[in-house]
Amino acid sequence: MLRELYEQLKGRFPLGELSEKRPDLAFITLPREQLRPVLLHLRDQEGFTHLVLLTAVDWIEDDRFQLTYLLHDRQGARDIGLRVMLSRQAVIEGAPMESIHDLWPTAATYQRELREMFGIDFPDSPGVNEDFILEGWREIPPYRRDFDTLKYSNETFAPRPGRESQDPAQHMKAQLYPDGA
Amino acid sequence: MAYQADRSQYPSRRPDGSLDIDLSSGKYLKLWQGPQHPGITGNMSVELTVCGDEVVEGKTHVGYLHRGFEKLMERRTFIQCFPIVCRICVPEPDFNEYCYAAAVEELAGLEVPERADWIRTLILEMGRINSYLMYLGGQAGALGQGVIGQWTTYVRDLMLDRFEELSGARIYHMFIMPGGVRDGLPDGFDQRMEETLREIESTLADVKDVMFQNAVFKKRTVGLGYIDPAIVDQYGVTGPTARAAGVAKDVRRDQPYLVYPELDFEPVVGQDSDVFTRADVRRRDLLMSVDLIRQILARMPRSGAVMAPLPNVLHWKIPFGETYICGECSRGEYGYYLVTDGSGYPRRVNVRGPSYTHAMALLERLIVNCNISDVAALMVSLHTYPPEIER
Repeated sequence: MLRELYEQLKGRFPLGELSEKRPDLAFITLPREQLRPVLLHLRDQEGFTHLVLLTAVDWIEDDRFQLTYLLHDRQGARDIGLRVMLSRQAVIEGAPMESIHDLWPTAATYQRELREMFGIDFPDSPGVNEDFILEGWREIPPYRRDFDTLKYSNETFAPRPGRESQDPAQHMKAQLYPDGA
Repeated sequence: MAYQADRSQYPSRRPDGSLDIDLSSGKYLKLWQGPQHPGITGNMSVELTVCGDEVVEGKTHVGYLHRGFEKLMERRTFIQCFPIVCRICVPEPDFNEYCYAAAVEELAGLEVPERADWIRTLILEMGRINSYLMYLGGQAGALGQGVIGQWTTYVRDLMLDRFEELSGARIYHMFIMPGGVRDGLPDGFDQRMEETLREIESTLADVKDVMFQNAVFKKRTVGLGYIDPAIVDQYGVTGPTARAAGVAKDVRRDQPYLVYPELDFEPVVGQDSDVFTRADVRRRDLLMSVDLIRQILARMPRSGAVMAPLPNVLHWKIPFGETYICGECSRGEYGYYLVTDGSGYPRRVNVRGPSYTHAMALLERLIVNCNISDVAALMVSLHTYPPEIER
């Protein structure tokens, strides 16, 4: 079902690969300049009127941030995820990403969170520079892979006296395999 | 509605569209509703700018509960994430367990036994009842009817008893895990559940009389917080809030999962899209869940495996992939977007909770021109749980 849609879209827009997950779920990779036209086409022509989520994945080893725009078509009972790859280095240096808050007002919240958690800037998005969850954060955006949670925690919070700390994996192993098998 | 005049032109707007609020003019006042306030849903706050007793601007502030769940999961093995996910939504934790488990199963290629699917559906409906009962108490309480909360807490406690005998826990059940569920139903469960369901129905009949027929409740909620059906998709509105606007969105019907295709039900829909209708849709949806539980108990298989064989969970690596799994929780579409990279840890977990859209963009829009005394009722009517905003 979604392959047909992909073939049809491919005739209109230069698209990347399609990965079908289920009959009602597929992901398409596309160049960032095609994002807005494809979103508009899917929303206005194909019935994908509901923006389910907008989030990012940090592929630090490939120097890429993946933005995932997940859309839902209720009539057709199907979801489609659009993947846009951004250069990680360019984002860190401040390269902006186009906002889609004019297509879905609720996208402004997602973009505000992405700005705070991944440092991806959406300059025109309303309130994008306001603190969302982290007030007064001074470190690098914490959902990036290179943010070391353990180091931050050790430096920021003093351990409570008398409290033992255990590595969860080692603890579970000792519980499940007391003989060390 | 208690007030009809359209004062939306006050205060004036600057050329860039923002409100020209001069606090030193003495015309406006900043008022914080929350984070400690009886009329707030959980640990969040709304920064109100009021002119007289009318709200001219509202901004939602969250972050009081942020524990970095999504980040935490990137440093945990797949099985270690399982006791974390339920903490993302306290009153209805089971959807986190189901969505996470189903996403892991899909990416790992696990086939869940049929009996486990029936028990999962049962648990999700039990959780929905708990969540709605808590909501009804909160909605009535926001308008001064404290007794409704006492009644619904009593029957919710009975449902928690059922959870306790099933899973050993009252709040975080941790019963639905990747591969299936932890166990079958205990002996005599059906009969005790039937007694609980009857008690819930009896209480709901009283709630209908005392809350929904109450003149004060009606006068204050009819027409309050109107959501235009045209903005439902623009603002990502789902669940009972959308259904009260006449948009019959229900994941259980639209994209059936678990054993919902085998159950007989129709989504509960309203028309007027105000606080009263949203409360009524939830009350009727609650009764539908009671009916669904009866259907499940009458038809579910009583023997067979409840758990698929799992690999050694300490060394469980899941192939490269990504997926999105969603379900219809009591507040709307609840989903997990899971990305794996072939290692023993999730690459990225993103939780899509309905409160994320309802309590932010939608609430900030609806709150304008609202009377201060109605803010609590309006907020509660969107049925938001802050942890799923912050994750």
